[in-house]
Amino acid sequence: MRIRLLTIPGVLAIAVTALAGAEIPRTPDGRPDLSGTYDIATLTPLQRSPKYGDRLGLTDEEAKAIAREEAARMAKTNQASDPNRAAPPVGGDGSEGAAGNVGGYNTLWIDRGSGAFKIDGKWRTSILTDPNNGRQPPMTPDAMKRAAARVRLAGRPNAGEAWWVKEGITPGPYDDPELRPLAERCLLGFGSTGGPPMLPVLYNNLKQIVQTKDHVMILNEMVHDARIIRMNAKHEPPDVRLWLGDSVGQWEGDTLVVDTTNFTNQPALGAASRNLHVVERFSRIDEKTLLYRFTVEDPTVWTGPWSGEYIWPATDQRIYEYACHEGNYSFGNILRGARLLEAEALSKPAGSRK
Amino acid sequence: MTPMVAISMLTLAAVTVPIWGQARGFQPPRLRNGKPDFNGVWQALSAANYDVERHLARPAMMLREGPHGPLPAVPVLRLGAVGAVPGGMGVVEGGAIPYKPEAQTKREENRKHWIERDPEINCYLPGVPRATYMPFPLQVVQNQNQFFIAYEYAGAVRDIYFQNPGPAETDSWMGQSVGRWEGDTLVVDVTGFNDQTWFDRSGTHHSNQLHVIERYTLTTPHHIRYEATIEDPEVFTRPWKISLPLYRRMEKDARLMDFKCVEFVEELLFGEHRRHPLTR
Repeated sequence: MRIRLLTIPGVLAIAVTALAGAEIPRTPDGRPDLSGTYDIATLTPLQRSPKYGDRLGLTDEEAKAIAREEAARMAKTNQASDPNRAAPPVGGDGSEGAAGNVGGYNTLWIDRGSGAFKIDGKWRTSILTDPNNGRQPPMTPDAMKRAAARVRLAGRPNAGEAWWVKEGITPGPYDDPELRPLAERCLLGFGSTGGPPMLPVLYNNLKQIVQTKDHVMILNEMVHDARIIRMNAKHEPPDVRLWLGDSVGQWEGDTLVVDTTNFTNQPALGAASRNLHVVERFSRIDEKTLLYRFTVEDPTVWTGPWSGEYIWPATDQRIYEYACHEGNYSFGNILRGARLLEAEALSKPAGSRK
Repeated sequence: MTPMVAISMLTLAAVTVPIWGQARGFQPPRLRNGKPDFNGVWQALSAANYDVERHLARPAMMLREGPHGPLPAVPVLRLGAVGAVPGGMGVVEGGAIPYKPEAQTKREENRKHWIERDPEINCYLPGVPRATYMPFPLQVVQNQNQFFIAYEYAGAVRDIYFQNPGPAETDSWMGQSVGRWEGDTLVVDVTGFNDQTWFDRSGTHHSNQLHVIERYTLTTPHHIRYEATIEDPEVFTRPWKISLPLYRRMEKDARLMDFKCVEFVEELLFGEHRRHPLTR
C-alpha cells in the first residue's frame, strides 16, 4: 500500500510520508530509522513444505500447532539428564545432524524461535514467496551435479569409519582445511546467517543495525561479521571479491534497497556461485518491527530468480562476542580424527570395525 | 539541569586545558544532536604494534645472541629487512610499563617465545587498546544513539554501549565497552577481558582484571587524539597511559577491506593435520 502511494503525484505523496512519519522513528535527515537489535529467529522455514502447495498463509490453528510442538520439544529436551545413564555407544547412537550422534549440541545451544511469523496479520507457510510454490526454482543441470557431489561428500554423517578410503574417493572430504565448510573454519556463519540474503538459522540469530546518512552497518552475531553498506555508491570493480559481497544502498521512498554483487566463489548462501546477485529491501513496519524482503539471482545455479520476506522483530538482548576461530579446537580434532580413521581403515581388512 | 550544575559545567569547560594538537577554538564536525562526528575510516601511524614502549630499530621480532650482538632468530631469519622492527618513540607516557617483577619476567619470556605466543600470529581478536593501533584501518559508524567500531584486522568489532548493563557477564577478547561523553570527548570504559591478548608484538601482557579507559577526542576534522589508561592490579604496580593520534584515511574510496586472516593461518595452525602434509 505504502509503496503504491509513492507513485502518486508529489503533494499527496508528501502528505502520506508525513502521516507515516508520525508512526515510525526517523533519523534527523527524515529517513526511517532502521537502527536497533533484532532477533530474526523463526520456525517458518525458508522453503515451503510441499504439503501446503501454493498456499502462502497458515491458519491460526496451524500456527498454534507449530508453536505448541516446538514448546513441547523444548520442554522435553530441557529436562535434566539421568545422572545414572550409561555412556553413549561407541561411534554414537546413530542419530544424525548437528544435535545427533554423540550429542554435538543440546537444547541449550538451540534458539530457532518459538513460532511462525506474521506479515500484515497473516501467518506464513514459508519465507520464500516467489515462485508461488514457496520453493527455490530448479537448479541448472551443472549446479545440480555440483550440489549432488557436495552432498555425497560433506552431507554424509560420521559413521566412525573412513568411508572415503574404502570407496577410493580422492580428495577425501577431510583431506585439507580448505575442503571443509566455511562455518567449520570460522570464516562465515552457516546457513546464510551472514548473507546476503540474511536467513534465520539454528542459533545466534541476532542482528544489529547502525544507520548513518552514508553507511548502514549490519552486524551479524555469528562470526561477528559487520556488513558495511555504502550508500549511494557504485559497486567495486569486478576483480574485488568479498566474503559478504559488496553492498551498496539507496533509499526508494521509505525503503532501503541494498544491492550486493562481487561475491567470492563461496557465498554464505549455500549452492550459490560468484555470480550471485542479491537485492534486499528493508522497511520499518512499526516501532518494533522491520520487514526484510530479498530477491536472489544466480543464473549459473538457479533457472530463475527467487524472492522471500520475513519480519525482523526488535529485541532487548545484547550480542555477545562470537569468538569462533579463537576457540576452534574442534577443527584440528576433525582433521586429526580423520587421519586416525584413515589409519584404521588402511590397517584393517574392509568391513571390520573392531 | 539545575543552575549550579550548569555553572560548574561551564567552569569545567573554561578551565579545560586545550587538547594536544587541537587548535584554539576548534569546533569538531558534529551530528545533529551536537555530539562530535567521528564517522569515517581511521588508522594509527605508529610503531606501537611492534612495541608500545620507546625502542630503537632491531633486527627482528625474535632474536638470538650472535657473536657480536643480537641477530634474527632462525624462524624469522629469511624475512630479512621485512622482518626487522622499526624504531619508535613509544606511546607509553613516562616511557616504561610499570610491570610487577614477576609480570616483567613473563613479558621477557613472551618476547623470547614471540613466534609461539603472540595472539596476532594466530589471527586471534586483538583486544583493546591493541585493535586501535594495528597496522590496519578501523571504521567508526556513529549516529545519534550508537557508536560502533569495525576493525579491518580479523573483522573485529565493538559496540559501545551508552547504557551500562553492569559487570560483563562473560570474559571476551574485545571486552565490554561502555561509553559516555565528557564534553566533546568520548570516554569508553572497557572491562570483561580475558587474559589472552597482548598490547603489542613485544610480549606485553595483562590478566583478566584488565580495565581500559579510552578517550577519543577530535583535534582537527581529520585527527583523533586517542588515549587509553590501563589498569590491572594483578600485573602492573600502578595505572599507566598511552596516547597517539589516529589519522583519517583521506582516499576518496577509503574503506575496510576483507582481512579474514583465519584462512591465512590455517596452514600454520592445522597444516600438520592435512592428509598429505606440505613441507613445514
